[in-house]
This record gives sequence, structure tokens and C-alpha cells, in this order.
Amino acid sequence: MWVLIILMFFSLLVALIFLGAFIWAVKSGQYDDKYTPSVRILLDDDVRKSGVPDSHNSGRAEG
Amino acid sequence: MGKTLDVQLKCYHCGSECRDGDIAAGGKIFCCQGCRTVYEILEINDLSRYYALSASPGTSQKKISTKEKFEYLDHAEASAKLLDLTDGIVSVITLFIPQMHCSSCIWLLENLYKFNAGIQYSRVNFLQKKITIRFNESIISLKNVVELLTAIGYEPEINLSSTEKESEEDERNKKSRDKSIYYKTGVAGFCFGNIMLLSFPEYLSIVNNVDLFLKSIFSYLILLLSLPVFFYCSSDYFSSAVRALQKKMINIDFPISLGILALFGRSIYEILSSSGTGYMDSLSGLVFFLLLGRMFQDKTYDILNFERNYKSYFPAYAVIKNEEREQSIPLSALKVGDRIIIRNDELIPADSVLICGRANIDYSFVSGESAAVEIPEGSIIHAGGRQRGTALELEVIKKTSQSYITQLWNNSDFTKPDENKIAAFSILAGKYFTLAVLLTAGISGICWLNTGIAQALNVFTSVLIVACPCALALSAPFTLGSTLRIFGRSRFYLKNASVVEKLSGINHVVFDKTGTLTSLNERSIRFYGSDLSQEDNEAIKSVLHNSIHPLSRSILKLYPEVRLVETENFREYPGRGLEGKVQGRKIRLGSVSFVIGTEAGGVPSGNSSSVYVSIDDDIKGFFRAGNIYREGLKDLAGCLQNYEVSVLSGDYDGEKETLRDILGTKAKMFFRQSPYDKLSHIKKLQNQNKRTLMIGDGLNDAGALMKSDVGISISEEAVNFSPACDAILEAQEFGKLGEFLKFSKISMKIIYMNLAVSLLYNIAGVGFAVNNSLTPVISAILMPLSSITVVLLATAATNLAAKIKGLK
Repeated sequence: MWVLIILMFFSLLVALIFLGAFIWAVKSGQYDDKYTPSVRILLDDDVRKSGVPDSHNSGRAEG
Repeated sequence: MGKTLDVQLKCYHCGSECRDGDIAAGGKIFCCQGCRTVYEILEINDLSRYYALSASPGTSQKKISTKEKFEYLDHAEASAKLLDLTDGIVSVITLFIPQMHCSSCIWLLENLYKFNAGIQYSRVNFLQKKITIRFNESIISLKNVVELLTAIGYEPEINLSSTEKESEEDERNKKSRDKSIYYKTGVAGFCFGNIMLLSFPEYLSIVNNVDLFLKSIFSYLILLLSLPVFFYCSSDYFSSAVRALQKKMINIDFPISLGILALFGRSIYEILSSSGTGYMDSLSGLVFFLLLGRMFQDKTYDILNFERNYKSYFPAYAVIKNEEREQSIPLSALKVGDRIIIRNDELIPADSVLICGRANIDYSFVSGESAAVEIPEGSIIHAGGRQRGTALELEVIKKTSQSYITQLWNNSDFTKPDENKIAAFSILAGKYFTLAVLLTAGISGICWLNTGIAQALNVFTSVLIVACPCALALSAPFTLGSTLRIFGRSRFYLKNASVVEKLSGINHVVFDKTGTLTSLNERSIRFYGSDLSQEDNEAIKSVLHNSIHPLSRSILKLYPEVRLVETENFREYPGRGLEGKVQGRKIRLGSVSFVIGTEAGGVPSGNSSSVYVSIDDDIKGFFRAGNIYREGLKDLAGCLQNYEVSVLSGDYDGEKETLRDILGTKAKMFFRQSPYDKLSHIKKLQNQNKRTLMIGDGLNDAGALMKSDVGISISEEAVNFSPACDAILEAQEFGKLGEFLKFSKISMKIIYMNLAVSLLYNIAGVGFAVNNSLTPVISAILMPLSSITVVLLATAATNLAAKIKGLK
């Protein structure tokens, strides 16, 4: 029977990890703007100017 | 067989029609210099992919903004108020850019760093039309950032309210409140799923006779998992119920809280006394569904703002004349006695006296007068008017916040919170429902008393549990939420779902005239005077074609078929008229004094919005702009047969008869109404127990919109300024207002229908409860089942009704 209890705790643990991931997603602002990222992902970075360091990815917005 | 070529020339930048191919660069043609400049800037910076992402992605650059416009941004005080945060070197600013409309915009605005090394990072929130820019102030100043945006065609809108940011704490509170619904739903979903899983053995009755130890472990785990549901996720319902009780009211949250308390209390008792497994699965499911409903109902429109006051309408700066030097300063620093300069199309920021210049002030937004008025030197010009013509010099006599129109916001109706706007249905339902539930629970409890206190308590709590109005509480949010979405798709945006309910109870409709019944942008233009020959018409059209003045644009629409000819020596005298030579003939168009020279008679007189025409000094007549009523007004008037209607106009009563024809004889009309008159008119109606709907558009309606039970603001474009209101209706959907009112009533009927369905479930549940045969399994099946039925019924019925009614 102990194996049942161990399994139980493991399943709870996995669920908790997902809950944590969800809370992190909300906290980091992924639910603030539900539209722009869907467009942004389709816009490629400019390949012609690959020599220029891309400051675009150097940081995220505060808040 | 040659295909006819469409020779219409389209601007490469903004896609608007080009007169000829004269303005060109790099093999592309443009409609104006402004568009070409933007193209060239992008070309130099290797950003021409902007045009590849979508065709003609720019916005027209014909409106030229003056150079000194952003000088005030160099003021440390002004910029400090605009910045989100700064450490002296690196600063972050969020700007509102109304022109943003396509993926090209996103791409270009997020590539700002390629223009200037000082810009470290820029990120767009497309739905809010906002851009967040982080820049290094030692390389690029805030003013330069704003000028760069303006140069590439994305002039940010900076108004008085953007300099008065909410305090940081307020903003943080607001943000965390917005997010808490996500957290709560997430936690409730997590607990619900796991509690269900742990309760499964109980449902199948496997464990009962197998292992008591295992059973108790499971029970305690369930208890642990239910703690966050009770203490965290359902806290909103408790606090709402308590708040209502403090006001001596009972709302729908009260019986819900009662049900949650009964569920939790009895389950704890059962688990701790090992007498049962409790109803924690039902509890967490209930809370989860309720939160889902709340999330569905809380649909917000990111771009719209329903809380705006005059500060979003006034500019953030004013140009003052200081010892013959022009200087722009923040509006808050404007003092009585300052000399200010107002250019064409600019807003008068404070009540002032006209010192010099030809004032032709458009007050339509402030007072509701539809025609621009000429004001003699030395007279007072009220804040909020817009100058149409040449530059003016004014002396400020009152600060912005103390001006005539802004005084309205100091009125007590604006400062006290609105208490009579709480949804009536939820209170009514709460009251009767609670009464019925408590009665049933009490009576059945007493009936069981002779078998023992424990049994009676069991029955009492069972009834409370099963009668918890979760289905009832779900039917309203899902029906109203669906209605809100359906309205939104028809470009009628509600502030929140309870507006639907308030709309359904309206019995008196009040219209503003200027800008609401009539269109501000469109005028019906007619020509009065001697007959014009074909050549005359060609000449007039050709001269007008050079002008971007709105009146010229409207007159042009009279000549869609007429040929264009070459115009020489074209000159535009702002605020007065146009002049040009066509085929050797001198054409003059403009105001009486401009064309005729004096206000002398001999020609039929028109009002100030008449445009006179002379060809070689021979006066031909004048074009006159009359009010044009919005499309669909007639149909709307038909739909409003069952409502009392009144019209409040800030204008003269010149159109009384026309209005009477359209709206019918029963409509009451009031003219020359000041903003304060409008507000008190609504108050008077409410004192007669009328539930009023106010439809308006301008600052002068702000008080009435605020005070009325439902205030709808009409907007040519939803992004534009609209005063604080409960709903925003886009102007082209104006005729559908009657449909919306009807549909709000249908929505309420759907809620009542759902009420009946959920009551059936409740009665079935109470049947089990009074017999003391409610087991956790039955409760765990009955509750989600009733919730899901109601949710499905509510959304399906609302959308079906919308389809039948022809709403999208």
C-alpha cells in the first residue's frame, strides 16, 4: 500500500510544478498582451545585418 | 483585347490616392512630401522591409506638426512626469501611438534601435497601441525619441493625463488585482483536479472495506488541498457578501458564501471526526466554475478607456510668448496672465482673452454648437474650443483646472462614488434566494429534530450545500458575458457586463444633438446661387483639390465626375479662403469677407459655415454646409416607440422642425443647454424615477453621461477621446442602437430561463437533502452537472438569439 501513497505524492508534486509554471507565466506578464507575440513571432530578424549585435534581445521590459 | 488599366495612383507609403506622380523617390510615388520623407528615412536606415510586410502600411503624413511642438520635453519637470522610471542615464518610457494598425507597425517600432544607438530596446503592446522604449539619455534625449517617432509617422499622443501618471502604488495595486483572477482560477483548478482524483476511491467505494489508514491519509490530503480554495480562491465572494451586508443589502454572493461555508464546515467536521469524507470535491469544483464565470464576464477592451476625463482631451503643453520668444511649457505650469500662442487646429488650453488674431473657434465638442464662431478681439474664449485658421495670441485668465468646462469635474456628482449603479438583478435574486434557502433548511432541520440534533444539523447543512446558487450565479455572467462579446463584435463596447442589465431596464432615452444625432465629420453641402457651367465646376474642383481643409474636402464630394485641370498661383489663406488661377480665370473661394471684401448685402446671406465663390471677381453664390443626420436615425426612432425620448442640444433651435419630423411629436426638445443644464436635466428625470440612457459625444455631455443610469458615448473611432461613460458606440453603428436595447432585454429573458433550469436542479438536490440522503457522490455529480448545463445553455441561447436577430 505504501507504493500508492508514494505515487500519490509524486502526482501531487508534478501537478504543483505545473501550477508553479502557470503562476510564473502570469507573473512574468504573458497574460498582459495576448496578441502582439502572435504577430512578433512571424517577423524574422534581419539577416543582412548579421554583423550588428542585436540589442533587441538584450533585456526585457521592467514590470 | 486590351484590359483597361486602372490608372489610379496609390501612395507607396500610406495607400491614399495621389493626384499625380510628381512626388516620387526610388521609383515609388507618394501622395505628399511627408510620406516621401518617411520613406527616405526608412530607406537610409535599411528598414525598407517595412513595406514588404504589408502593402502601404503607413498613415497619411499630410498633417504637418510644428517644429517647436515637443520643446517642452526638454523641461526636466515635464519629462520626469512622463518617464516610467529612470536612473539618470537609462530611462524607460511608455507612449501611446494611435496610428499603430498592422504588423509592419510592430516590426518598425520594435526596430527603433536601428535608427539610433541610444535606443536600447523597444517593445509594442499592439492591442493597447502602446510602445515601451528604453533609451540612454546621454546619447538621445526624450525629445529626440519623440521626434524620431514623429518623423517616421508615429507621433505619440501626449496629453495632460499622460503627465499625471497614477502613483506607482496605485498602479501596482491595479495590476495585481487584474492578475489575481488568473492566480485564483489556476489554484482552484489545481485543487479541484487533485481533490477529484483523491476522492475517486470513495466514489467507487473501493477503499471503504480495504484500508482505513489509506482512507484517512487521502482525507487529510483533501483537507490540505481545500484550504487554499476556501481561504484564497473564494475570498472575493466573502468580502463582497460582507460589503453588501454592511450596506444592509443581500446580494447573490451571500447565499454563495453561505453554501461555501456550509460545505467547508461540514466537510472539516466529517474528516476530523472520521465520520465521512466530506464534500471538498464539490466545494473546489463550485469555486472553480464560479471563478471561470467571473473571468468570462470580465472581458475588457484593452484599447478603450471608459474613465477618461478632460485631462485626456487637453494637450500636455502650451506655447507661451515670453519677451518676444516662444517657449513651450507644461500645461500645469500655465499661470493667469501668460500670453499663449494657438495655431491652426490647436486646442485652447484655458479660458483666455483674445489679444490679437482672427479667432474662428469650433466649440462643437465643448458646447455643442455645430458651426464655428468668429470671436472679436478682447472677448473671452473658453477652454476646449479649437481654432480653425491662423495663429492667435491669447492671455490666460483662468487656469486650466478652473476653466468653464473643466469646472464640471469639480461637481459633487463626479467626486462621490456611484452607488445606485449596482446591478439590481443580483440583489433581487440574492434576497429572495437566501430567504427561500434559509426557510427550507430551517424547516427541514426542525422536522428532523426528533431523530436527534446531529441528524437535524446534517439535513440543515445538506440543504445549504445543495441549494447553493452556483448555477444561478453562473447563468448571469455567461449570458451577460456573451452579450458583451456579441455587442463588441458589432462595435458597441460595454464597460462591463452589468451594463447589459442596466440597458434592459431603460425607459427614457436622452440624445445630445451635435455629434450624436448629427455627424461632426460629414455635412450635407448644397450650392446656392447662379448656375455654374461645366468649366466653372472644373475650375472650382481644381482649386479645391489643392486644399486639405475639411470644408474643401466635403465640397469636393459634390464633384466626383468632374475633370481636373491645372491650377496656377494657388494660395491658401488659413481661416479665410483659397485663391487660384485656372485657364486664366481667377477663382476665389472662402468666407464672405474674403470673397466679397465686406459683409455687404446684395448676395443671399449664409451663416459662418458658408463658402462663397467668385470667378474673376464675379460672385457666383455660396456653398452651405447643413447638419447631416446620422444614417439609421429614422429606423432608430421607429425602434424607440416604447421609450420616452428627449433631445438636449447645446445649439440653437434652428433644426427643431426637422428633428420633430424624425423623432416624432412626443419627443421633448431642449436647446441652448449648457453642460450643467444637461446634468441637471438627467437628475430631474431620475427624481421622477425614470431610468435614463444618455447618448452623447462631447465634453459638454460628460456630466449627463456620468449621471445617467447608462451613458453611451458616440465615437467616430473608438480610439479617439470619449468622456467617461458606460459604453462606447462607434458612429457607423448608431442606427443599431434600438437593436442593442432589444437584445439586452432578450439577454435578461435568457437569464430568467436559466434560472428556471437551475432551480429544477436545486429542487432535485433539496429533495435528497431533506430526506437526509445527500451523499458526497450525489453532490459531486449534481453540482458540476447543473453548472455545465447552465453554462452551455446560457452561451448557446445568447448566441442563437444574436444570430436570429442578425447581430454578429
